[in-house]
Amino acid sequence: MTISERPTSHIALPFVEVPVTASTTFGVLKRPVSTTGWKSWVFTVDHKKIGIMYGATAMFFFVVGGIEALLIRLQLAAPNGKVLNADVYNQMFTMHATTMVFLFVMPMAAAFANYFIPLQIGARDVAFPRLNAFGLWALIFGGIFLNLAWFLGGAADGGWFMYAPNSGPVFSPTHGVDFWAFGLQIAGIASLSGAINLIVTVLNMRAPGMSLMRMPIFSWMALVVQFLLLFAVPVITVALFLLMFQRNYGATFFDVSAGADPLLWQHLFWIFGHPEVYILVLPSFGIVSEVLPVFSRKPLFGYPFVVFSGAAIGFVGWGVWAHHMFASGLGPVSVAVFSVTTMLIAVPTGVKIVNWTLTLWGGKLWFTTAMKFSIGLIVLFTIGGLSGVTHSVAPSDTQQTDTYYIVAHFHYVLFGGAVLGLFAGFYYWWPKIFGKMLSERIGTWNFWLMAIGLNLTFGPMHILGLQGQPRRMYIWTEARSGEGFFNLGFWNLISSIGSFVIALGVLLFLVNVVHTARKGVVAPLDPWDARSLEWMTTNPPKEHNFDAIPTVHHLDEFFHRKYKEDENGAMIKVMSAEEILTEQELAADEHIHMPSPSYWPLVLALGLPIIAYGVIFSTPIAVFGGIIVLFGAFGWGLEPATAKESDFDSPTHSGDQSEEVVPVG
Amino acid sequence: MADLAVDKDMSHSAHGSSTHGSSAGISNVKLGMWLFLGSECLLFGGLISTYMLYRGRVSQGPTPSQVFDIPFTSVSSFVLLMSSLTMVLAVSSAAKKDDRGTTLWLTVTALLGATFVGGQVYEFTAFKSEGLGFGTSLFSSSFYALTGFHGVHVTVGIIMLMAMVGIVQRGEFPGSKAETIEMIGLYWHFVDIVWIVIFTLIYLIPV
Amino acid sequence: MNTAQVHSKETEHGMSNVGYVRIALILGIITALEVSTYYVDFGPLFLPALLIMMSIKFVMVVSYFMHLKFDNKLFSMMFYAGLILAIGVYSAALATFKFFLS
Repeated sequence: MTISERPTSHIALPFVEVPVTASTTFGVLKRPVSTTGWKSWVFTVDHKKIGIMYGATAMFFFVVGGIEALLIRLQLAAPNGKVLNADVYNQMFTMHATTMVFLFVMPMAAAFANYFIPLQIGARDVAFPRLNAFGLWALIFGGIFLNLAWFLGGAADGGWFMYAPNSGPVFSPTHGVDFWAFGLQIAGIASLSGAINLIVTVLNMRAPGMSLMRMPIFSWMALVVQFLLLFAVPVITVALFLLMFQRNYGATFFDVSAGADPLLWQHLFWIFGHPEVYILVLPSFGIVSEVLPVFSRKPLFGYPFVVFSGAAIGFVGWGVWAHHMFASGLGPVSVAVFSVTTMLIAVPTGVKIVNWTLTLWGGKLWFTTAMKFSIGLIVLFTIGGLSGVTHSVAPSDTQQTDTYYIVAHFHYVLFGGAVLGLFAGFYYWWPKIFGKMLSERIGTWNFWLMAIGLNLTFGPMHILGLQGQPRRMYIWTEARSGEGFFNLGFWNLISSIGSFVIALGVLLFLVNVVHTARKGVVAPLDPWDARSLEWMTTNPPKEHNFDAIPTVHHLDEFFHRKYKEDENGAMIKVMSAEEILTEQELAADEHIHMPSPSYWPLVLALGLPIIAYGVIFSTPIAVFGGIIVLFGAFGWGLEPATAKESDFDSPTHSGDQSEEVVPVG
Repeated sequence: MADLAVDKDMSHSAHGSSTHGSSAGISNVKLGMWLFLGSECLLFGGLISTYMLYRGRVSQGPTPSQVFDIPFTSVSSFVLLMSSLTMVLAVSSAAKKDDRGTTLWLTVTALLGATFVGGQVYEFTAFKSEGLGFGTSLFSSSFYALTGFHGVHVTVGIIMLMAMVGIVQRGEFPGSKAETIEMIGLYWHFVDIVWIVIFTLIYLIPV
Repeated sequence: MNTAQVHSKETEHGMSNVGYVRIALILGIITALEVSTYYVDFGPLFLPALLIMMSIKFVMVVSYFMHLKFDNKLFSMMFYAGLILAIGVYSAALATFKFFLS
């Protein structure tokens, strides 16, 4: 924490960033070569830039989804709300949930995974850098496409689960559901390509010596999430295609008059939807499992248990989906089976909470903002987890289904779990990503406003739900709101006030970001005395991450390079982060060729929303989109990932015999 | 999804040369391809399950046993099965850097695949004329969705095969041609095994 | 992995072209047997026989044509994880529709 100066590099790095001459594909298009300006971002294949763009996109949609939430709470703050009419209210809660789940939490987790997996496992980039860029653009276009419906006749209005046949053309006549289905389809392609990319990266590109059980815990949890995505996304793809065929081509999948079973959609949706819940929360579990040990000055308690309980959650998560359907008449056997599996999955989750608590136990706690958010997660997620256990009891769940009690539960696990974890990640990793420290003073306010606000907002919803206030109703009346302590009006008002407290907290975060960018403190190399490999790079890391790929000997490798045990078993600092970095720079690899920027991921991704638009409105447009996709695919296939040797300036320093290159990607 | 298949397959060629930091000592591209195929199992599983649930639900129009032409489908199934053999011969020629053999077997595979797709188009047209439209019944919707998805996968495979023939002729290609052809092969065989399942579950087992 | 490595691996573990033709022949014979069930009455053996033949064909193509038998075990794990998961969840879903009771 003491040294705030960064060491200057002693040697001129022989690192070649981009080709100097542009090569061409099809003999027409030249490769992008810009290293500055907007082109260096739009055509980049660098996992760090892509990670930052994922984060910025997610943050934008967080604000959009937040405004939607505030409008919902404004409508419900008082009896006979006049802010939204019934139709717009339906669109609002549908898009709020869809945006928060698919366009905020998932991309934000993808941002962290993209940025930190290669750094944590000691790689220079992901396995398929262009596929990575493609995923980003598919997500952005999917998100825009989803929201385009607001301006083209109304957004989707069937709830984020979009139960058929309610989402069919009869009950949802606008194109909102079509935009929703295609938007998610495109975002799903992004998730799937990202999943394949990151799994290959983790399984096949770890630094020498980094066995899976020496891998930082965030990378582990992110790996589990990628497997969940890999296998869950195709299930919703099927469901969305069936819905699309029904709405646009007259198929009968959900047409009850033709004998269809309305539960088919529910099964397909929740076979995807329950793993999705863990897709949302496990990245945050990974983040707090990084943050807690660092600020407790202790290794993570029971690392193998945290790893295996994460994997167990990922596995058992596939066998509990029907607990979302207890009230649908599944039959006693199915309900009993899924009830038991649901209780079972609470066990590995509980294991994690015990591990975190015991990590704190006896540690020298340092209450930074990141630490506060992490402890907030432990407490608030546990509350949400416990109300979740009450849902696993089917008779109890039947009472609570479609009431605000459910809304309270999933906001405690998603806001109290996933979102607080992501904020812990912002404060912990901001110096690594941007080289500046977020203000701890604003951060503390940010934390307390969000923590208090979320309890004010979602706590009363338990009472509202148990009193019988249904979900998704757009209005309530004074006459039916009851009396005394359980008066619906009072608790609805508290909840609405709470939502604005949260909004203030989020606003303070944005203020903090601007403040830090303008006059923030330059971050020391190792501001938190951290433990894992990503901190063995400069702040922000160089484009090629590591000058020399480190050889790993321990879990918490960076910590073990800084500290050694003395005779009495106490850990003594033997090296500073600066010294470790200098050591690495002296042993730098010669001629690191990073994968070169490319237009094709963007071109390919651009074709997807055009196809979707064409299917909804006019087939020729879809054909045109298809041609763009095909063109993009060919351009992509015929272009080398790393520009040819002839595209690089020849090495200038004489006497250098080494012609060896280190290809990445 | 079909777009992704192209994308995946195109991308690998360029990344194929990287073995840096390969902790498992295997090809990135191949691992990515197998992950993709594992994911595809869930896709076709969903479509097959939908069909299994709905195959007996015919509120109007013909039933499965009234329209299915088993001898015809058996022949086209056999054609697709044999295209797997020619594909594997193409992969083996490519590994031996035998460009002529590679071109030959890739072309034959594409032709066999096109024969299969042609057969499917014929089958769909025949069913349609017998009164089985996409929206006629739950059976027809789920049948066309499942076999149509498979047909699109075969078509994407044919495009990749033909593109590869062009690339082999052209000579210049970033990355390893042999590995690219091996990946197209994996995709092609996967489409074949999906049809093995469809042929048995959908055509041969009566409702 | 460069071409030379692919090549050497191929000759090390792969099969000869004759071997592939032999596999294809077996696959063809099984298909013929499958089709014959349509014309010959197999009684109660009909359904299990068809499913077993389907599985044999499936595994043969995956193991030999797709080289899974000779390749790194990681590939098998990834693919069969997806396959087994698919069979598991979709069978369970169909079971809740009482599909297997009919």
